[in-house]
Order: sequence, then C-alpha cells, then structure tokens
Amino acid sequence: MSGGLQMAMPTGDIVAPVTRQSFVTATIAGQRIGIPISEVQDVLNKQTIHRIPLSPPAIVGALNLRGRIVTAIDLRQCLGLAPLEAVDSAMSIVIEHENELYSLLVDAIGDVETPPAHLFERPPATLSASWRAMCSGVFRLESALLLTLETAGLLTAAGETPSR
Amino acid sequence: MTNVSGRGVGMDVVRTNIEQIGGAIGLESKAGAGTTFSIKIPLTLAIVAALIVEASGQRFAVPQISVLELVRASSSSEHRIEHIDQTPVLRLRDRLLPLLHLGNLLQLTDETVSTDMDSFIVVTQVGAHTFGIVVDEVFDTEEIVVKPVAPLLRDLAVFSGNTILSDGSVVMILDPNGLATEIGAARVNQEAAAQGRDQNRDKSVGDLVSLLVFDAGDGIRKAAPLSLEARLEEMATADIETADGRLLAQYRNSLMPLTPIYPELDLHARARRPIVVFNDGPRWAGLIVDEIIDIVEQPLTAEIRGAMPGVLGAVIIDGQSTELIDTAHYLTRLHSDWFSAGATKAPSNNSILVVDDSPFFRHLLSPLLQQAGYAVTAVESAERALDLKASGAEFDLIVSDIEMPGMDGFSFTEAIKASSEWGHIPLIALSGNQTEGRMERGRDSGFIDYVGKTDREALLVSLSNTLEAAGGRS
Repeated sequence: MSGGLQMAMPTGDIVAPVTRQSFVTATIAGQRIGIPISEVQDVLNKQTIHRIPLSPPAIVGALNLRGRIVTAIDLRQCLGLAPLEAVDSAMSIVIEHENELYSLLVDAIGDVETPPAHLFERPPATLSASWRAMCSGVFRLESALLLTLETAGLLTAAGETPSR
Repeated sequence: MTNVSGRGVGMDVVRTNIEQIGGAIGLESKAGAGTTFSIKIPLTLAIVAALIVEASGQRFAVPQISVLELVRASSSSEHRIEHIDQTPVLRLRDRLLPLLHLGNLLQLTDETVSTDMDSFIVVTQVGAHTFGIVVDEVFDTEEIVVKPVAPLLRDLAVFSGNTILSDGSVVMILDPNGLATEIGAARVNQEAAAQGRDQNRDKSVGDLVSLLVFDAGDGIRKAAPLSLEARLEEMATADIETADGRLLAQYRNSLMPLTPIYPELDLHARARRPIVVFNDGPRWAGLIVDEIIDIVEQPLTAEIRGAMPGVLGAVIIDGQSTELIDTAHYLTRLHSDWFSAGATKAPSNNSILVVDDSPFFRHLLSPLLQQAGYAVTAVESAERALDLKASGAEFDLIVSDIEMPGMDGFSFTEAIKASSEWGHIPLIALSGNQTEGRMERGRDSGFIDYVGKTDREALLVSLSNTLEAAGGRS
C-alpha cells in the first residue's frame, strides 16, 4: 500500500512480561523518546503533507494514510523547540487517540525497545512544565535517557502552540 | 501475529475500513478462473458535490450547494475587481459584490489582490448575504465524502471538514458560514435577514432541511427529514422473514424489525428492496420503501397538517406535492420505546412550552417530547407564548426557536428573563444554524443551551440535564 515502513519485532521471545512495556523509539533534537507500542499504528517514511491554513503551528498538515486522514504534528514544536525544517521528508510515528490518527514527525526513528521496568522513573521535578505535561517518565538506559511520551498531553500541547 | 508484525495488513485494512462505514466485502476464488471481489458500500449521507478551487497553490473544496455562480475576472473583461480602500469589490450586473481573497483570508499569502491578474470569483450565498470568494483557479466538481476534522482543529470555523480527493490528496472543505463570520458578514447577514423579515412578515422563515424523497409503493411521493436517518441499504427480500407477525431481517449481527411504509406493498414483487435503516444504540429498525428518488435540501413549510397517522403534512418538492412522513410514528411501532430508551424518562411529567413558527417542527417535536414523558404545549410565536404568560400558565422549561417572524428568540428570552412570573424558567434555544457568534448571543440573552433543530438526541439530553439542574437547585 502506501510508503508504510513495516516494523519487525526483535527476534526471540515475542511475549513480553506484563511489567515490561515496549516502546517505539525516536530522536528529536538529540533527545531519545519512546511511545508505547500499543498506541502506535504505523511508522511512516516521507509522505506528502497537505497544509492546513490557520491551524496551530505545531499542526503541520494532514496526510492520507490508506484512505484515512491523519493529522501531522511537529513534535519539536510541541516541546517548544525550533520547527522541523524538512517537513515533507521527515519520518513519523502514527498513533491513534480517541479514534483519530495523528502522525508525529521526528528527526529519526530508532528501534523498538523493551527496557526493564526497574530502570523507570517519574519525570524529574525540575523538568520544564511544557515537557512534563507530555512526559510520563524516563528510562535510565545505559546508552542514553529514554523519555516516554504521553499522547493525551502531547496532543493538548499541539493544539495550544502559540501562533507564529 | 503481534501488534507489531507487518503481515496480513492489506486485506484486513480494506475490510476494517469498509466495515467502519457499514459496508461488507466478499471474496470468491476459483482455482484457475480467478477471484471475484464484491464490495458493498452503503450510500453514505455525507457525500456532497463540491467545487475544487485553488488559492496560493493549495486546493480547497467548496460545497456546491452554496455556490451561486462562477465569474472570471480580468482587467480586460467587463468583470474586473475594483477597490474601495483596499476592500475588493466586483460589479456584478446591478449589484456590488463584496469579495474576499481566499489566500489572504487563510493567511497563505500577504499579497493584496492584484487587479491585473486573471482570477476566478466563486459567488457564494450564506443566508441572505451574498459574497464572492476570489480564487486563482477553479477545477472540476467532485463528489466528496465529508470527513470531520480532527478534534485539534475544531476551532477553525472556516472549515466544515476535510476529504480525500480521487487523486489521493487531502483537502479542506470550506464552510461558507464560517467564511462569512470571518469577514464579519454575520452581522450584515442578520441585518439583511431582519429587513427581509419585515418585507414578508407572514412567511415562515425557511430553515433548510435535507429531505429523503422516496416512493413507498402507492405512487405518492413521500419525504422524510434526512438528519434522522442512519443509512440507506438494499436488502434481498428473500432475507426478510416473518416471525411473531412481524417482518424481521438479520442486520449487523442483530435482528432488525422492518415495516413497509405503505402497508399493502407487495414485498416480494422485487428481489431487492431499498431500506431506510435507523439506529438507536444497539437497536436497529428499517422502513421498507419501493424506490429512493432523491435527496433534496429545501426550507420546510408544511402548511397542511396531516390527517392520517404517520403523516406530518404535505410539502412541495420540485413542483410536486409530497407527503411528509413522520418517521417517529413507524419507529415507535417497531420499538415501542424507541425515543425514550436513551434519554432518562422524565420522572414527574414536567411541562414544556415549545415556541416555533414552523408547523413542521412543532409537529415533529411535540410527539417526540411526549414520548419522552413530558407534557407539551406548542405555540407558533413568541407573542402567543407571552399571552400564555399573561394568562398565568406555568411551565418547567421553555424550548424556543431563534429565527421567527415578529419577535425573535433572543428578544423573547430577554422578555422572559426580565419578567417576574417566568424569570426562573430555564430556556433552551433551537436553531438551524449554530455559529459560535450566535451561540454567544444566545447565552447572553439567557438561553441555557443551544441545540440544532433536527438533533433529537441532543435535545432530549439537554432537556433532562436542564431539568435535573433546576430540580437540584430548588
């Protein structure tokens, strides 16, 4: 069908223990983030994004994913960072929230990770309010800190980004 | 299979999508002969004809129902765009047409409208107000499926939805109502409407209603308000069975009772029959008709009251007199508790006053509210309602139309709120067009809630909530 990139599960044990959750990881401005795999519908490479005039700046447009309209969101702007430059060639993670599809544009896509639960921590209290609203926690991975995102907070933030 | 595996997506996506819109897909394979796919899709009611236009390199869809005409403007032709202090206008026959530049309005470009460039003007009508939308290019018309916009974008009044064109691209559907509000035409519009009202006082103000026109089998054209319908289906008559003296058919894994609108319809005269399927929670009900003729949109003024049960009255559609069917009559016959199951039954026979100038809506609302357990009094004007107040009548709640000849809903509410007798009674507004500005105006003048005219469910919910709140206070 469309340019959907198909994700393969890491080989080996498919059934993850209940306490371990899998995350689709990605990078935004050097920060590693993770989205619970249960919320992820698709991972897409570059797509034609049709702009939506007058929309909040973080909403970069809409795209057609197999006949469904997906709202494309620039994660960088949700987090208060500079807008993504190459919107049309960005990769994105498609999530479903309340029967609506949203595609979150990121700098790069990583692997599916299943970090052990004991590495999990609540977001640090000193984290800025805009980040904390979207962040459900942090995994202290050896290579880097993996920030797990919370979709509801993220979408609220996308709708509230100040106009340009 | 896990939730990350990529196998088996193709056909499953097709099936899920088709089932989502209420259709079905069948697959039949014969070795060596090939495969037959049969896809059945219900006639969705959200399909509209739209004009595809382009402004500043971006395409948009304009619902054709609001397009009056297209004018090509260029400096050399008789139609050219002129300016009064930056405001573009066009001389169109004997009138001056206010223009809005779509690219500017949507902040796609900062350039002001150039008069030398060829452009197209989509002449649009919203209510009594006519204006022109300047676009760079006009393409074809397309039948589009209207999809609601994502909740994040609900605040954008200029779009009524979005759609996917046949070439796969996503375009936004412009809402002429929202555009008019955007340019401040709403105010002008109201003034114009007020003027028009003075001119033909005794004419009922027309609310546009979508009607499904059909033939039930007795040769008399019939119509039913479309916003009440769930979907149109076609069923093999062989699948319709008789049990317990009723017609039943299997539909979406449950048993759906059916009834022909014309009792003497020879069901099996045809192999397949169109069915108007209604849905209320887990329950389905179907009305069998002979032929679906058309879907029209027109103001409803059912002046002749129906004499037979199940008939609301007669209307003129396309120059032919047409019977207006009371679908509620048939639905309650199939499921005796059709309208009351969802809403909570009114505990103590609360009394409600309905004020609406259109006899059609009075006839539509009264039985609905009675079914839900309310005592209903319906009057045709605000003045009549005030007469009732003077005579000492008491009500628990008032449901009032906004657009009425004579005293309109806003002034009526203000009058009620200022009075000592009825000042405490909660009011709910009924309206054909719910724009943000009007809702605000409605709240300012004292309405508790604002409900679309044909949205029965919302009205019932609003009624029971309002009465509950009022009961809690006293």
